[in-house]
Formats: sequence, C-alpha cells, structure tokens
Amino acid sequence: MATLLRYTPLLIVALLWELISRSGLVSQQMLPAFSDVLRTLVELAQSGDLLSNAVASLGRALLGFGLAVVLGGALGAAMALIPFVYRGIDPIVQIFYPLPKSALIPLVLVWFGLGDKSKMFLVFLGCLQPMILATFNGLRGVDTILGWSARSLGASRLEVVREVLFPAALPQLMTGLRTALAFMFLLMVSSELVIATNGLGYLIGSFGDQGSYREMFATILVVTGLGFAADRAFLAWSGHLLRWRP
Amino acid sequence: MTGSSIGIEIEGVTHGYTPRSGKPTVALDNISLSIRPNEFHALLGPSGCGKSTLLFLIGGFQKIQQGRIRTARGDVTAPGPDRGIVFQNFALFPWKTVIENVRYGLEKKGLKGSEAEARAKHYIDLVHLTGFERSYPAQLSGGMQQRAAIARTLAIDPDILLMDEPFGALDAQTRRIMQEELLAIWRRTSKTVVFVTHDVAEAVFLADTISVMSARPGRIKRLVQAEFNRSDDPHIHKSPAFADMVEQVWDMVRDEVDQARMQGH
Ligand SMILES: Nc1ncnc2c1ncn2[C@@H]1O[C@H](COP(=O)(O)OP(=O)(O)OP(=O)(O)O)[C@@H](O)[C@H]1O
Ligand SMILES: [Mg+2]
Repeated sequence: MATLLRYTPLLIVALLWELISRSGLVSQQMLPAFSDVLRTLVELAQSGDLLSNAVASLGRALLGFGLAVVLGGALGAAMALIPFVYRGIDPIVQIFYPLPKSALIPLVLVWFGLGDKSKMFLVFLGCLQPMILATFNGLRGVDTILGWSARSLGASRLEVVREVLFPAALPQLMTGLRTALAFMFLLMVSSELVIATNGLGYLIGSFGDQGSYREMFATILVVTGLGFAADRAFLAWSGHLLRWRP
Repeated sequence: MTGSSIGIEIEGVTHGYTPRSGKPTVALDNISLSIRPNEFHALLGPSGCGKSTLLFLIGGFQKIQQGRIRTARGDVTAPGPDRGIVFQNFALFPWKTVIENVRYGLEKKGLKGSEAEARAKHYIDLVHLTGFERSYPAQLSGGMQQRAAIARTLAIDPDILLMDEPFGALDAQTRRIMQEELLAIWRRTSKTVVFVTHDVAEAVFLADTISVMSARPGRIKRLVQAEFNRSDDPHIHKSPAFADMVEQVWDMVRDEVDQARMQGH
C-alpha cells in the first residue's frame, strides 16, 4: 500500500502522457499514446527481439562494469594506501575527471571497431572513475583511531586494512558502485546509439531512423525499467550490508 | 630480567604537532615519569594539556619524536595487545555488534567459538550491557558505547591498561559502579593502569599516584600520592581524609585551569 502511494506520481505522469497524446495536442508520432506503447512493448517482447538485444547489451555492459569495479577498486585502494601510487595516478585521474566519457565514442570506434570491445571499453571507462574515487575517498576517510583500536587488540597492519579499513569504507564503496551502475546504463545505451549492430541502444536508434516511434518508446521504457530495477535491487542489497548504520 | 621492576618508564618525552594549516603546538614538553608495575596512575589536567597525546605515545600509536618510553617488554615502538586502550571517543567498530566488538580482540588472541563467546559475555555482563550483545554501536547511548569499549579492552586482559576519560559519558551512579568494578579488576589481576580524567574526586578515589599536569605546553607539575584505592572501606569517599585530599588536589588543578583559560581554551 505504501509502495503504491509512493509511485502515484508515476501513475499521474502515465495518465497525463496518455491524455496529451489522445487529445491531439501533439502528433502521435512525437508522442505515441502510453497504452499503444505498452501494447507494442508486449508484441516486441513476444517476438524475442527485446530479449536477444537486452542480453547482448547487458552482457557487454556487465563485463565492462565488472572490470571497472575490480580495477578501479584496486587502483583506488593502492592510491589510498601507498603514497607514491597516489602521486603517480592522482594527476591522471584529476585531468580525466571533467571529461564526459561519451565524447570518446568516435575515438573508441576507431580503436576497437564495431564489435563488442568498443562498448565494453566505454562502459569500463565510465565506471572506472567513480570506483577509483569512491574507494580512495572511502579508505582515506576512515578514522585513524579505528585502526589504532584494532592494532592494540592484536591485529597486524594487513589485518587492519582487511578487517577495519574496508568495512569502514563500505558505505562510500557502495555509493561508488551505485554511481558506476548508473554510468553503466548511460554508456551502454549512448555507445550503442552510435556504434553497434545490436543491443537496446541500437534498437532505439534504428526504430527512430525507421520512424517506428511506438517501438522506439517501448524500448526506451524497457531501458528505464531495467535501470530502475537494477538500482532498486542494488539499494536493497546495500541496505542489508549497511544495516549497522543509524 | 627487568620484567618485574618497571611498569612504564617515560624519559624526556617531548611531542609536537605540525598541522598542515594552523600553528605548530608543543603538546608535551620534556615529560619524565616512572610508573611502577601494578600502579594505578591518574593523569589530571586541563583540556588540551596533552593527556591523550601521552596515552597515544605509550600505546605506540604515534612515533616518539623525542625521549623514550619503556615497559617490561622493552622500548615502545608499535601498538600491541599488552597495552590495551580505551579511547576518549570509544572507537568501537560500528559495523560489528557489541559482542562482535568484544570478540575481535579475543579472536586475535586465538580464542574461538564458545570459549570466545563465553569470555565476551562475561565482560559484557561486567559492564552491565547484558541484553545488548546483538546491538550495533549506533543503537546505543554514549555511555553504553563507552562501557562496550571498556569491555572490549578488559577482555584481552592486557598488562597495561590505558584509559582516556573512560567514564566521561556516564551518569554519576553508573560511574561509581564502574569505578568500583575497575578497582576490583585491578586488585584481582594486577595491572598497571594509566587513567586520564578531569574529575579530581575520581582521580583521588582510584589512583595510587596522581600526576597533575600543567596547561600547554604539557608538563607534569606535581605528583600526589593518594592510595585510597587500597582501602576496603566502602564509604571511603565520605571520610575527612578523602575530602582533604580532593581539596588539596583541586587547588593545584585550579591554577592550571585558570592558566589554560587565559590561553584561550
Ligand atoms: N592531530 C593533531 N594535530 C594537531 N594538533 C593536535 C593534534 N592532536 C592534539 N593536538 C594538540 O595537542 C594538544 C594536546 O592535545 P591532547 O588531545 O593530547 O589534549 P588532552 O589533554 O587529551 O585534552 P582533552 O582533555 O580535551 O582531551 C592540544 O593543544 C591540541 O590542540
Ligand atoms: Mg584527550
């Protein structure tokens, strides 16, 4: 009941969408009616096109994401724990910080071509930065006294890193992961709009080119739904891991 | 063997802080102090006089800049479970429950399973936290967190116990109970205790010796023998001798507090 109440604004938006489209205020092309889009969505799903393209997109994206989490986490940790690594890497991270990763799409196309690698690489690049920063800031922000506490209870330096620094940095790490997850969806779709022969972003682009606007809207709904579901699931998991927080 | 003849030997320790911004501070100025084994030693002094800094140095958490600190195990160079500490801000692991916090040090000692569990429960009971074993620190009051931190440190049974205002967050009644509990443990297990407090009566009640420290830079101004802690009179704190001693120590502290205030503390 509470959940229903929470999402009432969404229902209102859907209703408005339907009304505006049906009223003829805007053309059916620019904004197909919500109910028509839903019907098209079901048809697309039944044809199997959605599933195969979603699998292609998510497969690539998750690989890029996973790689970024592992490498970004390792780099961020090395920067936080080893001063000379920090001095070596920090300027590079800082320079690339304000660069929108989607600006690199044309370049990546030249480097990696149309295949899976180009999209994986772009997602990887987009997710890398939030992971490095979250790991670095998370580990750096841990109260020194917590580490001292563990040492005086008999922990070694290495145990302090594993048993104190990482758990204490977990809230920040989770925030970084969540940001990376959002970037994953963003770069997955935007890269496929430009360079792809399959995937959800590619579907959106080619439906648009063909003038199949209902199908295009239906695919956009799918991407939105996937992103939302992933974020919700992530938040639930994160809330469980961080249940010790006030 | 020097083992039994020294508790904590502090020789000519000077310590300064140079923050990235703000002016450098001399926190401790040439401190020398000899603490006997099994002595209960109280550090009393105005805020900012370097009490915590001195505990951090004995604990081995900060590098000794000048001078030397020795215990029965030799020169202090790093932290170790022979010197347990209760920090001023408790420093519990917030992602662990009370019992997991207490078990942490026990597991480092190699205790496992039901043995660690039983020992942890014993110390949790000692600080009157039974029923809160599965609570996370954020779910406890300040005083309860402080008691959990005390249990965690007592559980590893260190030779030297460093306590930084361990009863600061407790109400008067709980405070008295904890003081008596601590004295009982100290008598039973013969530990060397360094106990930081602002409370003159607490220092007089607990300590063999009280170091009265001066305002910045921190120096040891006076050493006072109290030794009411050896008495088995439960109403010792109501005796005239006790009241006299509190008055006497108060006079020494008052000068220092006034000085500290003039320096802007
Ligand atoms: N990390 C730090 N960086 C810079 N200055 C510090 C630092 N820690 C302590 N100081 C300074 O050193 C002096 C002594 O600090 P310390 O914490 O040891 O005092 P204290 O006697 O424990 O005070 P309180 O009773 O308020 O806890 C203070 O003047 C403080 O400003
Ligand atoms: Mg202090």
